[in-house]
Amino acid sequence: MGGVLLDEPRLFPFVGQRKGSGMATLENTDLSPGEPAEDGVRRRDFINIAAVSFAGVGAVAAAIPLITQMSASADVRALASIEVDISAIQPGQAIKTMWRKQPVFIRNLTAHEIQEANAVPLSELRDPETLAQRTKEGHMNWLITLGVCTHLGCVPLGAGEGENRGPYGGYFCPCHGSAYDTAARIRKGPAPKNLFVPDYAFKSDTLVQIG
Amino acid sequence: MSFPWAAQYTPKHPLMRWIDEKLPLPRLVYNAVGGGYPVPRNLNYFWNFGVLAGAALAIQIITGVVLAMHYAANADIAFNSVEHIMRDVNSGWMIRYAHSTGASFFFIVVYLHIFRGLYYGSYKAPREMVWLLGVVIFLLMMATAFMGYVLPWGQMSFWGAQVITGFFSAIPLVGEPIREWLLGGFAPDNATLNRFFSLHYLLPFVIAGVIVLHIWALHIPGSNNPTGVDVKGPQDTVPFHPYYTAKDGFGLGVFLICFSLVLFFAPNALGHPDNYIQANPLSTPAHIVPEWYFWPFYAILRSFTVNFFWIPAKLWGVMAMFGSIALLFVLPWLDNSPVRSATYRPLYKKFFWLLVIDVLVLGLCGVKPVEEPWVRLSQFAAAYYFAHFLIILPIISWIERPLPLPGSISEAVLGGDAENVASSGQAA
Repeated sequence: MGGVLLDEPRLFPFVGQRKGSGMATLENTDLSPGEPAEDGVRRRDFINIAAVSFAGVGAVAAAIPLITQMSASADVRALASIEVDISAIQPGQAIKTMWRKQPVFIRNLTAHEIQEANAVPLSELRDPETLAQRTKEGHMNWLITLGVCTHLGCVPLGAGEGENRGPYGGYFCPCHGSAYDTAARIRKGPAPKNLFVPDYAFKSDTLVQIG
Repeated sequence: MSFPWAAQYTPKHPLMRWIDEKLPLPRLVYNAVGGGYPVPRNLNYFWNFGVLAGAALAIQIITGVVLAMHYAANADIAFNSVEHIMRDVNSGWMIRYAHSTGASFFFIVVYLHIFRGLYYGSYKAPREMVWLLGVVIFLLMMATAFMGYVLPWGQMSFWGAQVITGFFSAIPLVGEPIREWLLGGFAPDNATLNRFFSLHYLLPFVIAGVIVLHIWALHIPGSNNPTGVDVKGPQDTVPFHPYYTAKDGFGLGVFLICFSLVLFFAPNALGHPDNYIQANPLSTPAHIVPEWYFWPFYAILRSFTVNFFWIPAKLWGVMAMFGSIALLFVLPWLDNSPVRSATYRPLYKKFFWLLVIDVLVLGLCGVKPVEEPWVRLSQFAAAYYFAHFLIILPIISWIERPLPLPGSISEAVLGGDAENVASSGQAA
């Protein structure tokens, strides 16, 4: 065991020098206090930094499962898609259903509502999208959106029979007064975005898979 | 406390000086586990187990808080919620196995910590309070471990709760009412599960509090050492940091490797398959045994098979089991030898190892079915356990002639060079 290993400032000035015997302890160090080795790097510094860094990497690795355990679990993720039978929804009617524990509005638009939505110039819209972009080709009368206001997450009114559909005839959020038009696009109020259109597909003319 | 030569905390950075004036927390840490705590220079690796027990408690609290985010303490769904943790929750299997394996590792390191205390006489004056608080921690650990084992609501959980609360029914007259009060019913059910969950969450923090007292009491006389000889001067000690932080860090690495080996390769090795069957109040498993860390006490409980002196065997068993731990509270006054370390106590050393073997035999009897020769063996082993503390120890400490003690720690460590060291120390 060489003295080079331990050439750091002596913590124990009261302990005398004991050369060449036994363990490499501080008081067995031949070099004078604080003197660095020839290349200026002390071996003890390197060991110290390497060991503490490795422990740090280990701590981070151990933290990953402790953090990811709070993400959606497999049984929650398994609820990611649903199928809805839309055959009973008449033009002008809407239903609310649940997808990923959130409300989904499925509305069968009337010809008048489609016309009204298409008549709005995109330049007037806060979040410009046409009705065609928000529906599937050949199924433009089926408007499927999340029933979650893009402001702060309340459920807007308008899907149920007799509910207030707001000044633009679509949905109206009672929490902070966001008004959506017949294509569920934001027209007035604090919400920044149109009601979100989830991924969905028509399995047949009367069956929709959401998610 | 500290020895007069302990380094003083002197913050250099203005921010640290500001903090030191308002809330001297860095000073507390420095004096407790930093450069300001002088520790005998000759501690061996048995002195790692206190820190390892603290690490094991930290693992249990962290994984336990996480498990409580997913577990449901309701008799109808508790079992399924544990399976939900194992199958659905991200990394849930690992966190639960870390918690169940961690419990065993907590007991492993605590038993080695107790072994160290018994071998090197750490329970003796002036450290009796450290020892007493340690026994309190041990009792709290056993209560916490038992209640935690009930939570998965498997067969072993249920019947463990039934048997352990049954201990209290052995108390004359009030026993049965006490048991019903503990269970919140006539048998373990939803009320039992809910209160056990509440207490299982609470007690680890109580343990953490008693650990603070344990360390506080330790730091008044300072740590014992393998020679058992008192610290006499600065040449006998080194500062806790960096010497023992480094040594404990190494020990922690070895501990975590062993822990990971069991956690990832044999997570169910220390458990019982029956606990993966949902609790069934109509059917007791054929072979019911507690977790391994209770086996010796379980053997003592079962070793009483006949009534003595009009006292029923059931009450004897329960009294003996609790008595085997209660004995540890009076240990510092049963062993009157002024010599601490078994290294210098030839007679005590022999009987100490006999006690270790005796406890291992009790453990073996605890896991075996109730049949011969195990019943007879556990009766002898239990009798010897009590005889060791109540008869052998006081006699040894009276008749034993200890080996000559070293003059000081540094003399024991450095041999003939000690005088040089001491004199140069005084010179500086």
